[in-house]
Amino acid sequence: MPEITIDGRRVTVREQTSVAAAILQAGVSSFRRSVTGEPRAALCGMGICYECRVTIDGEPHALSCQTLCVDGMVVETT
Amino acid sequence: MDDSEAQFALTRLSRELWMELSPDLPRSVEYEACGTLWVAADEEEMREVRRKQEFYASRGVSTQILDALQLREAEPNLRDGLAGALLVNQDSVVYPPCAAVELIARSGATVLRARSVGIESQKVMLANGESLEAGVIINAAGIHAGALMPSVSVPIAPRKGHLLITDRYPGFVRHQLVELGYLKSAHSTTGSSVAFNVQPRRTGQLLIGSSRQFGVNSPDIDAPMMARMLRRATDFMPGIARLSAIRSWTGVRAATPDKLPLIGPCPGLPHAFIAAGHEGLGITTSLGTARILTDHIVGKTPPIPLSPYLPDRHA
Amino acid sequence: MKIVIVGAGPAGLAAARSAAEGVARSGADVTLIDGNHSTGGQIWRGGGAPEIETGVATLLNTRVASPDLLTFDKLILATGARELFLPFPGWTLPGVFGAGGLQALVKEGLDVRNKRVVVAGTGPLLLAVAHYLKTHGADIRLIAEQAPWSKLIRFGAALPSRKWLEALRLWNPCFSPSTWVTEAQGTTHVKSVSAGGKKIPCDYLAIGYGLVPNTELPQLMKVDPCALDEYQRTSNPAIFCAGEVTGIGGVDLSIVEGSIAGYAAAGDVEKARAFFVQRDRWKRFGTALAEAFALRPELAQLARPDTFVCRCEDVTYQELVAKASWREAKIHSRCGMGPCQGRVCGPAVEFLFGWKPDSVRPPLFPTPSGSFSMIGNEPQ
Repeated sequence: MPEITIDGRRVTVREQTSVAAAILQAGVSSFRRSVTGEPRAALCGMGICYECRVTIDGEPHALSCQTLCVDGMVVETT
Repeated sequence: MDDSEAQFALTRLSRELWMELSPDLPRSVEYEACGTLWVAADEEEMREVRRKQEFYASRGVSTQILDALQLREAEPNLRDGLAGALLVNQDSVVYPPCAAVELIARSGATVLRARSVGIESQKVMLANGESLEAGVIINAAGIHAGALMPSVSVPIAPRKGHLLITDRYPGFVRHQLVELGYLKSAHSTTGSSVAFNVQPRRTGQLLIGSSRQFGVNSPDIDAPMMARMLRRATDFMPGIARLSAIRSWTGVRAATPDKLPLIGPCPGLPHAFIAAGHEGLGITTSLGTARILTDHIVGKTPPIPLSPYLPDRHA
Repeated sequence: MKIVIVGAGPAGLAAARSAAEGVARSGADVTLIDGNHSTGGQIWRGGGAPEIETGVATLLNTRVASPDLLTFDKLILATGARELFLPFPGWTLPGVFGAGGLQALVKEGLDVRNKRVVVAGTGPLLLAVAHYLKTHGADIRLIAEQAPWSKLIRFGAALPSRKWLEALRLWNPCFSPSTWVTEAQGTTHVKSVSAGGKKIPCDYLAIGYGLVPNTELPQLMKVDPCALDEYQRTSNPAIFCAGEVTGIGGVDLSIVEGSIAGYAAAGDVEKARAFFVQRDRWKRFGTALAEAFALRPELAQLARPDTFVCRCEDVTYQELVAKASWREAKIHSRCGMGPCQGRVCGPAVEFLFGWKPDSVRPPLFPTPSGSFSMIGNEPQ
């Protein structure tokens, strides 16, 4: 089972878990801050709305709902 | 801005007018005094940096020369091995559509949503069949200026450009960046060309340019041209390749044979005036253009002479 | 010959199967492209998709950002649909998901056991989603369907018996017609929603107002997915469209259209014709669907002046209401100018203000800038 880091916390997830599901599962409710500073989280779950953007392995604006968790992955929300 | 004395004069006047306006522009205009860096790739271009600095200095505009190390500090995402740059500190960028909204609001003018199809000496014909009469008519229709006045020779040719717009990456680029080769490549009057030109917006988004193609009117993205433009951009700034592009844009600039706008009375059409043909400097020189043209119309002496821009200079 | 299919949902998979069968003798190749990490589209996400035929090459995790990247002799566009979201106060709170959106997240690992969920919006998807969530342990508090009983009964009467059995299997006593969510409450996460005059505490709201076809790629290729000949062919004889991109008609219609397009693209028109009768039947179902679940005008009145309509750029209802067109709204307020490229707010403003979307340009999805430098050849 992959182990990933979300905001510095290590979590273990089942195979085939998306990063978006893992973030919600870890109890983090804000994936990103909107341009006016509101907390936002995944909406469409299918790569359309771009609300679930987070930083994955240092790369900002990554779509967490379209990315599967991989062992050692580092995820940062804001 | 220093292709010619006349272009420099209009640009400098306009820049002063923008600076006067800037303190109370609303946020939506995104006025950002980020400065321009003219990037020199090699020693030959550094000589051009020094020439440019002297040209500006002798005309009262102070600039700063950056060596390779200072350039790296100013813009860490530029590639290694560049020779230096000229920093024009007070250059700014704005978001033009909202700047236009603000200028219209300040003018108190009535905005009529209609398409103009023709201009006669005191009359504007509209697509809906109606017409407007006025003592003074200014044709500021850019590349369409000539089509509105078929009897008048308006030497404006379309010159298409592309832009790629990224998601928000605050701090990735801090100044407007222009390669010095720009003058050599992009301002050639024939053929198509690309040049490295990146503008940061206040949002943290980047506008990546630029391309120039003559005689192309289609608004479609020309993929090979876009590819060439991006290769040029990533050559100067390799990290751009990783940034997420969210939109592309094309526009057609209104180019004249001598790269100077047409500003002033319209030959053969009394009471009609032209303000068009600014090519890539339209936003920059809009305020100066308006000032010298309105001064001329109301009989005041403009702050700079109108003569280099007169529409009949090509006759 | 090279046949390329974009989209590996029901229509794309059916097209791949029939195209592969049709060209098996000629040795042509069939490629199936999809942006997701598995085939099946949204409906078969996480399982249920038919096996890929031998002779079909699949290219997953691949989004078509620009048609310049595609080489083909025949192209079948099966780009599917997305959910329609309508703005209401509180819809930007974390914990508010699409109806299909929450289902997708659960399929990909989210645990909803003992979570209180309100399912809302319109269409057959609501019952299906509620059923799915319930079998995964969720506590369904309400299914708010905006359509009235009268329309639902008329729709039910026109259903084939198989669909009736399905509806019975999915039935949930929390189902409430003529009911819609007017507000979601909470500060950093949804805590409750208002619907039908009541305030219902919940952990998640799953809300979707039906589906919107993903027409961006056909638009960019200058073909109209709604103007097709009997073989699903567009005005460009090399390009076919199939499935929800041609109009919302459900999974059965998608499969039939995909089969027709696949056979036709492979040149086997006789086999394609064999599906025409079925297509007519499922098209009638699509029409009944559209009538039954037509959106009520009250839904256009939910947003308050300070409700965000564009979530990428945080543009409020108030900033948009005075604009004359989508284009004006875009350039003056930044509405639709963010990374979703107007896919969420575009259909919403069309419903709210009647604005039609404007032209489409690449990239069709946010794409690393560097990928643009690989397109095409150096112009001479």
